Amino acid sequence: MTGRVLLLLGTRKGAYVLEADGAGRADRASWIVRGPLFEPWPINVFRQDPATGVLYAGGGNPWYGAAVWRSPDLGDTWSHSSAGLTYGEGGPAVRAVWQITPAHGALYAGVEPAGLFRSEDGGETWRHIEGLTNHPTRPTWQPGAGGLICHTVLSDPDDPSRMWVAISAVGCFATEDGGRTWDARNRGVRADFMPDPYPETGQCVHKMVLAPGARDRLYQQNHCGTYRTDDGGRTWICLDEGLPSTFGFPVVAHPRDADTIFTIPLNGADRGRVMPDGKAAVWRTTDAGRSWTALRDGLPQANAFVGVLRDAMATDPLEPFGIYFGTSTGQVYASADEGETWGRIADLLPPIHSVATAIVAA
Amino acid sequence: MLPRSLAALFPGAQRRVEVPGVTVGAVIEALDARWPGMRDRVCDGTGTIRAFIHVYVDGEPAELSTAVSERSVVHVIPAVAGG
Repeated sequence: MTGRVLLLLGTRKGAYVLEADGAGRADRASWIVRGPLFEPWPINVFRQDPATGVLYAGGGNPWYGAAVWRSPDLGDTWSHSSAGLTYGEGGPAVRAVWQITPAHGALYAGVEPAGLFRSEDGGETWRHIEGLTNHPTRPTWQPGAGGLICHTVLSDPDDPSRMWVAISAVGCFATEDGGRTWDARNRGVRADFMPDPYPETGQCVHKMVLAPGARDRLYQQNHCGTYRTDDGGRTWICLDEGLPSTFGFPVVAHPRDADTIFTIPLNGADRGRVMPDGKAAVWRTTDAGRSWTALRDGLPQANAFVGVLRDAMATDPLEPFGIYFGTSTGQVYASADEGETWGRIADLLPPIHSVATAIVAA
Repeated sequence: MLPRSLAALFPGAQRRVEVPGVTVGAVIEALDARWPGMRDRVCDGTGTIRAFIHVYVDGEPAELSTAVSERSVVHVIPAVAGG
């Protein structure tokens, strides 16, 4: 794949586009920052629909509510809408959009309080997918520290009837009939903070990702460990051995290898949620979680008391691929060689909620 | 009178605008007709004015049902906040 990379950042105060600069384009080493976009709204997700090139962002403003933003021209002009993003009269108000997933010609939005919406007109109007919120466990759903949020929406690239969502602090759900019915799929995932550490639901899933090219494999970073499933989420295998902690937020997959993922372990849920010992590292497995390697070259190895939130790490699809993460204190680090070496490419931004890559014509 | 942060969401919207309406709700509908989506920024999906948006008619706190006369001045004001 060729093209130039844009980094799309959602932050607590608007969104930003980072564009590889002039001579630095090829090595992705020098970047220009453009923003803030979206009237400094808190933006939880900012990404490109690779099929159309359109940029979408979602968030929620304490005054003006939730909305999905759309740009057909890489950020020069924008429109926004929340038409249909509602549980109706008598239902709770939708406070924020947490995820936007383009799939099979449609868009899906995960929102707070937790629910799933679908748009068939590029985000102009939305329809509630009631099957998820009609799940019999719904009365027991409890929020995590970030709220009761549907933050991950994944679609099988080959089968539009199969989808997975992740809700904090409820767990993973899957549908195989296009969203009409959903199964809770959390077997093997710990909830150490519950009286029963292996409940049907109540797991604090932080992020899930599909493994490329492997039909039933997903990975999950949880409040209580890192996991892999090889059966579409019916059973999960703990991958904690070799990692410095069981707590972290993001997990991202290699763009082409189903055995390779990256995660950023933090020092613990009740220990500040920052890099262990103040030393920044991204951890990689190349054997589906059987062993782990810390990638530190170029990352600060002293006094780096920073955190990285659930959507704030991403890869690009180039060869070799780039990998990027943003911190909750406004720094962006990048690697153009698949994580082997790193550099800081931006600083002094608002707390970074999300990082995504977009490929545009060179 | 619209706050800057609201008008800025709609290309071409001014902060001082004249629209017809015999209630606050009707005024908001008229604004929405001119700038589609503005109602959803002022009201939530349950059909009420958002919690941190205050509406005043001629200086008095108002609700969607509050009457508006031909010469009334309606202010839409976001609550002040820190952070």
